[in-house]
Amino acid sequence: MTKELTCICCPMGCALTAELEDGKVTNVTGNTCPRGKGYAETELTAPVRSVTTTVITQQGIPVPVKTKTPVPKDKIFDVVRAIKALPVSLPVKMGDVLLVDVCGSGSDIVAARTVENS
Amino acid sequence: MENFDIIIIGGGPAGMAAAVSAKKAGAENIVILERDKVLGGILNQCIHGGFGLHTFGEELTGPEYAERYADMVRDMDIPYELETMVLDVAPKPDGCKAVTVISPTRGVCELSAKAVVLAMGCRERPRGALGIAGFRPKGVYTAGTAQKLVNLEGVHIGREVVILGSGDIGLIMARRMTLEGAHVAAVAELMPYSSGLKRNIVQCLDDYGIPLLLSHTVIDIKGKDKLEGVVIAQVDENRVPIKETAKLYPCDTLLLSCGLIPENELTSAAGIRIDRRTNGAMVNESLETSIEGVFSCGNVLHVHDLVDFVSEESARAGENAAKYALGAKREKCESFDIETGNGVRYTVPVSISPGNADELTHIRFRVGDVYKNVSVVVKSGETELVRRKSRILVPSEMVDLLIKKDKLQGISENIKVYLEEA
Repeated sequence: MTKELTCICCPMGCALTAELEDGKVTNVTGNTCPRGKGYAETELTAPVRSVTTTVITQQGIPVPVKTKTPVPKDKIFDVVRAIKALPVSLPVKMGDVLLVDVCGSGSDIVAARTVENS
Repeated sequence: MENFDIIIIGGGPAGMAAAVSAKKAGAENIVILERDKVLGGILNQCIHGGFGLHTFGEELTGPEYAERYADMVRDMDIPYELETMVLDVAPKPDGCKAVTVISPTRGVCELSAKAVVLAMGCRERPRGALGIAGFRPKGVYTAGTAQKLVNLEGVHIGREVVILGSGDIGLIMARRMTLEGAHVAAVAELMPYSSGLKRNIVQCLDDYGIPLLLSHTVIDIKGKDKLEGVVIAQVDENRVPIKETAKLYPCDTLLLSCGLIPENELTSAAGIRIDRRTNGAMVNESLETSIEGVFSCGNVLHVHDLVDFVSEESARAGENAAKYALGAKREKCESFDIETGNGVRYTVPVSISPGNADELTHIRFRVGDVYKNVSVVVKSGETELVRRKSRILVPSEMVDLLIKKDKLQGISENIKVYLEEA
């Protein structure tokens, strides 16, 4: 199976073509430097993304939150749904863990800003 | 009248970094004036990641980056006044600067400072500046306004979205609206290339299957009270819409991400010379404007793509403001203009005085088009000061060149920055 993707390592944005066999990248073409090969390998075998969104607190004020470590790309929407369902009350401190192991991803949801109850 | 060593106008990333470094450089009597209710500026609404890789060596969200700097400001006991709007800056006969402010605690009041740091940031180009036909229905926002409503006020602004302009804020908002449950039909970009970062195109558009329509623009806005749709057409090489390609996109929200403009009303009114290419002040190698003791940094000087670059630049402005306020005099020596040549749209600074240069002088600029396999060359007469090869240069990524002090000694002609085939 071949997959096409755009390398994001630098502004060149090389159009990569990767060959996949049994979930492993066997060949990458289109890259103009070694970083492109590495990018294709990670991106095509286990793509992950950091997720940021807001949780609306019981006081009605949004607090920005993030996944502490990146989560599998196909879980992004599940993670956002789990965050939106969180009951959070002010005050919140930057770095507070609001949810442990979100959607079984191994990543925690942490507050990205200190918000007082005013 | 209250006297300060340094007044810093703006409490966003530029103002906070300038304040921290001014204090480290020995200035004691500093104040930051911020018109919002909190420090942090635009970072507070930039809840996405990607900030701080250069400054802190880790990837932070905007609010985290802002809070780290705000904590430094508080830990160093640097005074700041919130909900304080600066109305006027004017040089006085004694060399100090009069700064007129208005705030709930001070009323209208004139302050005085030995040095002023301009750190007011920038604002978005609004619909009125774009010349799109149609009524003015609700549902049309600049991308940054939408970002503020969604991220700071928790407002749902729409379900079916079209974005005009592929600047980074537009790309970030495409993902943000998607995660908030909206459907983003398309991002239209007038130019044949995106003005946003590659990683944002991949992670904000491609990840969610949002089409990027290059060489396309919005030619009509439908709906009178409420937005009902927009008409998007392809444009030819002269950026003229091709009628036959017009297509209606029904939507209730149109976000505009069509460029940022440094907010320099105070600067102009003070009589400071403005560079028409950047809409920011013209500054020398010390980031000092055409009025002695007034410095400029961050997005009010020229629009940046990375906050890390803003912090670095503003720290230099703050340090130079401190030196000035503490009585250091500029060396009286010749200054050389920086001229731009092939491919280089502008430079910051616009002049360098070798006798006043730091160990490393930054020349920052943007290119006017996409260039592959070129060398950036900096020359003074026949003397080559810098030559740097690049595989690619794009308008969306600011170039930062460094020139060592010893290279500048002995130059006798203006400096020229241009691109050459590598």
